[in-house]
Amino acid sequence: MHPHQAAGDWYEAEGWRDCKRQFLPYGEETMNGEKTMMTRLIGIAALLGAIFASGAHAQNTTLDEIARYRAQLQDGNPAELWEARGEDLWKQKRGPKQVSLEQCDLGKGRGVVKGAYAELPRYFSDADKVMDLESRLLHCMVTLQGFSRADATKRVFGSGSSRSDYEALAAWITSESRGVVMKVSLNHQKMQEAYELGEKAFYFRGGPHDFSCATCHSEDNKRIRLQDLPNLTQKKGAQLGYTTWPAYRVSQGELRTFQWRINDCFRQQRFPDLVFGSELSIALTAFLAYNANGAAFNAPAIKR
Amino acid sequence: MKTAHWALPAVVIAGLVAAGCATAPREIQPVTANDLAIMKASFQEKGQAKLDRLDQDEAQKLCSHPPSVRIPAEVSARIEKNNMATIKYPADGKLMGDWKAGEVIAQRGVGKQFSDNPKTPSGGNCYACHQLSKNEISFGTIGPSLYNFGKLRGGPTPEMQRYAYGRIYNSQAFSACSNMPRFGHNDILTEQQIKDVTALLLDPNSPVNQ
Repeated sequence: MHPHQAAGDWYEAEGWRDCKRQFLPYGEETMNGEKTMMTRLIGIAALLGAIFASGAHAQNTTLDEIARYRAQLQDGNPAELWEARGEDLWKQKRGPKQVSLEQCDLGKGRGVVKGAYAELPRYFSDADKVMDLESRLLHCMVTLQGFSRADATKRVFGSGSSRSDYEALAAWITSESRGVVMKVSLNHQKMQEAYELGEKAFYFRGGPHDFSCATCHSEDNKRIRLQDLPNLTQKKGAQLGYTTWPAYRVSQGELRTFQWRINDCFRQQRFPDLVFGSELSIALTAFLAYNANGAAFNAPAIKR
Repeated sequence: MKTAHWALPAVVIAGLVAAGCATAPREIQPVTANDLAIMKASFQEKGQAKLDRLDQDEAQKLCSHPPSVRIPAEVSARIEKNNMATIKYPADGKLMGDWKAGEVIAQRGVGKQFSDNPKTPSGGNCYACHQLSKNEISFGTIGPSLYNFGKLRGGPTPEMQRYAYGRIYNSQAFSACSNMPRFGHNDILTEQQIKDVTALLLDPNSPVNQ
């Protein structure tokens, strides 16, 4: 198995069927009304066609084919394009104050990027808050570069030609933690509180479908459609799940951050829209990141 | 509603005792008013998904803990009794619709998400969690296999129709804290849609029973 490949990398609650629906017809629109890069990647579409043409085959054959598809994805990860743009963005003098993010402290000192993500979220005394990577970047864009909060949160998730600086910055910054062992600390009281709130949120059932994170992610060897689900309540599953985000999503043609990951989980849970960088989003990230401690960080990854 | 506040610690403690504390599940404290305020400030209304989706009913409150936490029998019984009382059986007495329409509902995953058009009928997304027909190999495993559901239970007897319809309408009437959405109780599926899915499960001609 390739080191980037994760058994639990097929997260979407709509599952394989929607994936299949996106892949096959050329130029078909996704539920968001955007054309996906995937629909243009004829080679992979052809492979998927081959998988689904074999409807009479046994379940195992299908799963083998999906494993083969995942392995083929590892040959080239377009996340590198986001990483390169992110490094440029980090070093450019930007914003009304024309300073670069090299003045930003991600927790290990100003401008220190190497290994920073493996210790996030963490408590930052200058803000007196627990922050994850994305909320810290927002903080630095506002306080250092002089952007208004509104300007700095205009495009938190990219789509097509409307690109998100966060996705590029996160790609580069997280790539600088690849191979670094996750070491999130709960020593500060506010991190402890964040963890506990995140844990409650994980088990919180609500909405018309009564779903919580735990509905899908608290038992071993479960799946939605053909999508394997990591058990995030156990060390192994939490490590597998957390250390493989951000990820380039082939079906969307975008690099997605952890903020995106949990926002889209809540969408599928039928909850309202999770606010980017909100206290709950950071708390839930703290809960999941701490549970992944001890594993080597291994992203940006590539997922269907 | 009020009972949930004092009932949850009892649930958790009973769970710890039942597990013999060998692998004691971590105690999840009830969400406080302050927690809920943080949660509500962390979400924004979008499309049909309003902030009131974070207001939990009794079952949601009592069931917000790890599956390893055992719920005391009297609490389970109360959840099931209260949910049973919500089930409305069709006035015309007909519980079975069209299995073909039921199959379409079982395949559809949309409905109630902020990204969904509220005017479009919701699906049941049954295949996300259950095996149903042999032809559909893309099925999930969060719920049990329902392949041959009717065949294994003596066909569409009146009792079995009533059970299947009720189970889809409100699963927690039969199994407290069930993972399955309460499709009728929470207005996810219409009466006709539930009839159609009941037929998918029980009609002898349905692919589920082949």
